[in-house]
Amino acid sequence: MFSPRPAVAAGGTLPAMGSDVELLRRLRAGDERAFVTLVERYNGSMLRLAASFVPSRAVAEEVVQETWLAMLRGLATFEGRSSLKTWLFTILVNRARSTGVRESRTVPVADAGPVVDASRFGPDGAWVLPPEHWIEEAESRVDAVKLNELLRSALDGLPPRQREVVLLRDVEELTSAEVCGVLSISEANQRVLLHRGRGKLRQVLEAELGGGPR
Amino acid sequence: MRVLAVLQRDLVCQQVVEMVTAYLEDALSRSERRRLEKHLSGCPLCTEYLAQIRETIRLAGRLTPEDLTPDMRSDLTEVYRRWRTEG
Repeated sequence: MFSPRPAVAAGGTLPAMGSDVELLRRLRAGDERAFVTLVERYNGSMLRLAASFVPSRAVAEEVVQETWLAMLRGLATFEGRSSLKTWLFTILVNRARSTGVRESRTVPVADAGPVVDASRFGPDGAWVLPPEHWIEEAESRVDAVKLNELLRSALDGLPPRQREVVLLRDVEELTSAEVCGVLSISEANQRVLLHRGRGKLRQVLEAELGGGPR
Repeated sequence: MRVLAVLQRDLVCQQVVEMVTAYLEDALSRSERRRLEKHLSGCPLCTEYLAQIRETIRLAGRLTPEDLTPDMRSDLTEVYRRWRTEG
């Protein structure tokens, strides 16, 4: 059996109701509802991440289930040095990699090539086909649902390693250090993958909203 | 001082777009950062590009994952209950 540790967050204040720290405390005390709340909070994100590593939806679901079980089994020894979310993602990625066909542990090589096509610059390196102004209008010109759909499919279309980094950084909003830990990659690698991934998402938005090659 | 001249040469737009992520990640050296900011302050086009990358990040942050299906919920509740009975 594990002993519940005092759930005092940094700063000495009690954790907010429903925070991960609070849920972890309740989970350790044997509260099934705390588990369900965590599942509701993270299962979708985990599935989305798992899908980047494994060939099918069914396998992704399996990996996610295994991750939840591994989390439960690891509760007694989890020291809380990372956030619960980061811990879950780390377990998930390790499981997915050992299951996954698509991914290996080899160091990722980002696809070469610029994030903006060379043809859009003149011989002096200055813009000849510059970005048009659309950012404030993005949401009024294209409805939010369509915009999300567009980004979602653009994300799905990224090479897996870029997708994983963009998902964790920009969608799940982990820090770069957390992402490097979860994916076991270097800061420099993370940055290159993020750069390519974000660049491609921007291109997709640009193609929809204006500017760039049609 | 040829080296110094190279370091101080102005960046061109094509270089700037490739430095944007390192800039946002605060991974540029001080001199690179200075050169980049100097370029941005005189180049509305690259400033626009940077704003578009920021907007892309913001929009990506709004993507919500799919909801839990009743099947997944009951499967996972089962996982939990089995774990509770483990030694």
